This record gives sequence, C-alpha cells and structure tokens, in this order.
Amino acid sequence: MAKETGIISWKKLNLGIAVTEPGNASQLKTGDWRSMKPITDREKCTKCGQCYIYCPDMVYSKDAEGYFVQNYYYCKGCGICAKECPVDAITMVQEVD
Amino acid sequence: MAKRIGVEVSIAAAEAVGLCDVDVVAAYPITPQTHIVEHLSEMVADGHLDAEFIPVESEHSAMSCCIGSSAAGARTFTSTCSQGYALMSEICYIAASMRLPIVMAVANRALSAPINIWNDHADLMYARDAGWIQTIAENGQEVVDLLVHAFKVAEDHRVMLPVQVNLDGFTLSHMIEPILMPDAAEVKSFLPPYKAPLRLDPKNPVSFGVVGMPDVYTEARKAQDEAMKNSKPVIVEAWKEFGDKFGRYYKPVETYKSEDAETIIVTMGSISETAASAVDDLRSKGKKVGLVRIRLFRPFPGDEIIAAIKGAKSLVIIDRVVNFNGGALPGPVAIEIKSLLFDNGLTPKVGNFLAGLGGRDVTMENFEDMVEKMANGGVAGAYEIINVRE
Repeated sequence: MAKETGIISWKKLNLGIAVTEPGNASQLKTGDWRSMKPITDREKCTKCGQCYIYCPDMVYSKDAEGYFVQNYYYCKGCGICAKECPVDAITMVQEVD
Repeated sequence: MAKRIGVEVSIAAAEAVGLCDVDVVAAYPITPQTHIVEHLSEMVADGHLDAEFIPVESEHSAMSCCIGSSAAGARTFTSTCSQGYALMSEICYIAASMRLPIVMAVANRALSAPINIWNDHADLMYARDAGWIQTIAENGQEVVDLLVHAFKVAEDHRVMLPVQVNLDGFTLSHMIEPILMPDAAEVKSFLPPYKAPLRLDPKNPVSFGVVGMPDVYTEARKAQDEAMKNSKPVIVEAWKEFGDKFGRYYKPVETYKSEDAETIIVTMGSISETAASAVDDLRSKGKKVGLVRIRLFRPFPGDEIIAAIKGAKSLVIIDRVVNFNGGALPGPVAIEIKSLLFDNGLTPKVGNFLAGLGGRDVTMENFEDMVEKMANGGVAGAYEIINVRE
C-alpha cells in the first residue's frame, strides 16, 4: 500500500485501511518533507555513529570506510543529527531546487 | 423448539448474546444497562458460557478492549449507555473506521446534566455519526432478535461494520416480558463461527489503526461510507433469513394503519406501542391516523420511509432529545425526514414534538393532543417541547 506517493484509489484500500505488508514504512519517501539538509564534514567526523543512533528515521548507514552516510530518501531535515554530533561535523544547509 | 418464558429483557438480551456464542465481553456497568453485562459475567463465571469476560475500569477501556479482541478475530460484545457511551465514544468511531464487527447493546438513557438515569434518545443521537449500524427495538422480543441479527450483519464480509442495538432504558431493559428464546442449535445454524477477513496473527502480520495522511484520508472515508451504503441490502437479507428460520420477520420501517392515513405519527423505540394504541383510539373516533416506526436508523432507510409517509397530509414526528440548535431547526429525526421530503418533492405539514425526555412518560393522550394540534394549525416554529410545566 504505502507506496512512494501514497496515491491510491479508495477501491484498492485494504479493509479498515489495514497495512498488510510488514515494514512497509521503508517505502515511504519522507525525504520530500525536508527544507534543510545535513552535510557531514569528513575532516571533523570521528565516525562515532551518534548521528546513526539519534536519527529518528532510516537515514544513516555505515560505508566501507566507516563513515556514516546520509540517504536523503528518508531525511526529513529535522536536524537532530547536527544537534547531537559531539564534534560539530554536521551542518544543516538550505535545500535549493 | 423455542420456548416462551417470562424474563427481564436485560437478562434475555444477555442470554441471546450467549446463544450467539460470543468469545469476548468487555464491559463496565452503568444504569440501566448493568443487568445485561452482569448476567453475562454470571454466565461466564458459572461455566454456562465459554467466553472471556473482561471487567475493565471504564467504558473507554471497554471499547478499546473490544477493538483488540475483534481485531484478533474473536466475536465481541459490549453494552453501555448515556455517560458511558459519551466516555466510550472516542473509541466507537475508531471501531467503525477499523471495520470491526463488534456488537453493542445500548439501553438508551438521557445525558447529563442534570444527572438523569432514565430513558430518552440523547445517547442514541450522540452515537448517530459514529459509523455504526443502528437498530432500535420496540419490545423485549425484538431486543433478542435484533442482537442475533446484529452479529450476522456485522460479520458479513460484505459489511464488516459494528452494530449498535438500541433498547429503551428501564422501559424495555427492566421490564419482564414474555419472550420466545431462540433455540441454541437454530442460532448456531443461522450464525456460523466468525471468520475474520483480516486479523491480528503473528504468522501473517497486519497493522490495524494506522495513520492516514491527507493523501489517503479522503479515500478511507469514502470506502467506509460505501460500506455503510452497501450494508442495507445485507441487513434486509439477514432479516429475511432470520424470519425464515425463526418465524419473525423484520424490516427497516414498520407501518401501522398508515396506508390511507391523513396524519402519520413517526416514532422510534418503545413509545411506538403507546402510539399504536393512540392510533387505534383515534381510528375508533373516525380519524384517519397511522403510525410509521423506524427500526433501522443507520443506514437511514430513506426509500422505505418515503414510501410509508408519502400519502400523508401531515406528519407528527417524535424526537426524544433536545438538540439545542437555536430554534431554527427541528430535532434530529425530523431534520432527516424533512430532508427526504424536500428531495422527493413532498410538502406535508410537519409537526416535530420533543417528547419523553429523561424518563417523562408519553401517554396516548399526548399523541392524541399532537394529532389534534396538527388539525388545528400545527406547531408554531420548528418544534415544540411537550409536557413542559409553565
């Protein structure tokens, strides 16, 4: 059901709008809510993973070098990672289209 | 074979729910509904009914419990009224939107303040837009029969909506009436075990009661609205099947001497028997008066009501609640019937009487006075509250 856009005919809704596909929140594009975007400065980053721990969505994952990289499909731009980063390596910058 | 017994209607209602082989009853006592759930708890405690009885700490919890139980696929019952319904109402809306076939008996009682435990239809009208199918009983036999019918309709996969069976508090709930209790085996064949189309099951995980953002809320509402619309033929079909099995046939609207009537009284619930006696009395005096009783309140049986009242020159519509609209509009039942009249190009003289509030008796003389009033100019304004002491 909860596809990227959420656009669906009323005729195709499950009974009582139940979700029958477990974990389908991973398909929901929360990234388009964002107005500010987190950027990590790798010079400052200590790879501590606080951004990964505090992120309320599924934005951060560890890359081969051990850095935590953002998946902007999910990032709502809440700024918690930037606030929690102990070495101020993450900056929130304005989104431009 | 069914046996006719003399029994308090609340006890008969509980026994009927037992005959339906209910799995879970979650309820909180409130006058005048208490005897229903009290008796169900006795049936469970005495081992006569194999069910879970959950004595919760409030009506809000009762309906929350019912939602969990019904979502797990259990046949679920509760009962409440008045302030209890008011506290429960937040969850009642959710039960309907989640399409859970819970059955609830409401022993209709006035709403506070002043605190009043007696009968009117304030709680019924409070429940009007909750999305539940609503039926209204006239007597004890009908309470029993409508409860059995309620499970059949609610659990039909073409419906999947909760059903509220209304019975007038005290006037019905506490009366001892001769009632034909249906035979257990016949109820079993009428009402097979509930098979949930979707249920909480660890092997096939589903989420109920999810968030619906602006991109899907309208569609969810549309789907629920269609379900209510589509329930009516199933309700009627289930009454036919009930009649074929048990010999008592029901329909959305009852008529009594209304065919050639110039004035028709429109009622709901137990005062209809008094109204029928008033009709007999007025007929014996040569007055062409009839009665139309609404048994199915949601979905509202518009076609049946219009068919029953279309020949009348004047209507006496009874509402058993004050809806504080400022005087421009009548009571809720009259609002709905007037809307039907407009859509059907009918213009009878309509008198709306707010009667029987908080347990005040409505007598044959009251009905006769209302009919008399319609013959002499009708009601001044949108409605009139009767039996007010000046």
